[in-house]
Amino acid sequence: MSDHEHDHDHPHGAPPSPYHRSERTGDRNKELTERVNKLESLLIAKGLVAKDALDKLIEIYEHDLGPMNGAKVVARAWVDPDYKRRLLEDATGAIAELGFGGLQGEHMVVVENTPKTHNVVVCTLCSCYPWPVLGLPPAWYKDAAYRSRIVIDPRGVLREFGTALDDDIEVRVWDSSAEVRYLVLPERPAGTDHVSEAELAARVDRDAMIGVTRVSPP
Amino acid sequence: MNGIHDLGGMTCFGPVRREEGEPIFHADWERRVFGMNLAALAFLGPVDRARHAIERMDPVEYLTTTYYEHWLAALVTMAKDLGYVTEQEIETGRLVGIKPTPFRAPNAEAIEGLVRHGMPATRDDARADPAFAVGDRVRARNIEVAGHTRLPRYVRGKVGVVAARHGSHVFPDTAAHDRGENAQPLYTVRFDARELWGDNVERRDCVYIDLWEDYLAPATSRPRT
Repeated sequence: MSDHEHDHDHPHGAPPSPYHRSERTGDRNKELTERVNKLESLLIAKGLVAKDALDKLIEIYEHDLGPMNGAKVVARAWVDPDYKRRLLEDATGAIAELGFGGLQGEHMVVVENTPKTHNVVVCTLCSCYPWPVLGLPPAWYKDAAYRSRIVIDPRGVLREFGTALDDDIEVRVWDSSAEVRYLVLPERPAGTDHVSEAELAARVDRDAMIGVTRVSPP
Repeated sequence: MNGIHDLGGMTCFGPVRREEGEPIFHADWERRVFGMNLAALAFLGPVDRARHAIERMDPVEYLTTTYYEHWLAALVTMAKDLGYVTEQEIETGRLVGIKPTPFRAPNAEAIEGLVRHGMPATRDDARADPAFAVGDRVRARNIEVAGHTRLPRYVRGKVGVVAARHGSHVFPDTAAHDRGENAQPLYTVRFDARELWGDNVERRDCVYIDLWEDYLAPATSRPRT
């Protein structure tokens, strides 16, 4: 599905989201690169940052953590009813069973989509996000457009993601205002009864676990 | 403070724009800013102070800069506020003086431990008896806060229902300003769309939001449903 097909749902003349309005130009990137390089040298020289720690952090968040972790949690919950029960009762503990947890996932809650309930996650005040299971958030999750409107017009925002919801479905928006982090357990798509857990995990993407899309049937 | 970061409920920013095949970082400086914020957290934290540093950005700048520019602004603000760097050093890149840190900066191994174990916000030595139970009707207090708060404007004064309790969590309003952790019961509260957005709202939507006990009062009127 294309990104910008649904613009007609919105008032014309509204500004695009700030991220896109301020896409970094070559000059601005150069300026930022120089400023950040100077700051990094200073913070290392002053003993505030250890260079190896800085490199390790980038390595972890660029390579080790991402939505593939959350997808394994979702697939396990789909094939193992006992696991699903534990996940909905104590998400932090159940996610730790699969080896995931830590920073920005200390207090996890998993919310389940059903035929009558659709859940979607936001952080209106900053951009809180469950790093151990989803990695770092996409730019749109951090933009003013999403953070402002998903709480007041969730159905409109979901339509922009190609997700149409019947009027009788209750939409629950979870605003992560504290240190609790939310993960959506999407509905298992029809026609996947004989699909393996690993193949199921491969079908679950980031947006479905934020709750802006559903997992599509095969 | 009532800052620009408190975006919930505004409808003026247009459609959500997605980027196909978006990379985790768009430029190397973004990687370095992300890493530096976490690597220096032991000296610059708590996280509530970092969030408040972003909230104090100029509002126009806040809306027209990217996420990692916010993190860069926060890093500089905190390092300056705590006396670790000066504006002159940041502009010139030349080191003038060193304020001793209380301990050595965490190395790669220590940082891996931080990422793996996290920093739980729950505290055992907190208020014993939660004031509210699941199912209780509560009103988000309408209070004026000069500094950092996690009570968004869009729920202030509104009536909701307690949906879950989460034990006692560090209170951002005091922790951000070195006024103590003041850990207290944290609740998830459900607010219906009509209560939040207006009497003419018919749709079946609701918002669940996490609120600390000091943000809540018993509700004396029924929520509009």
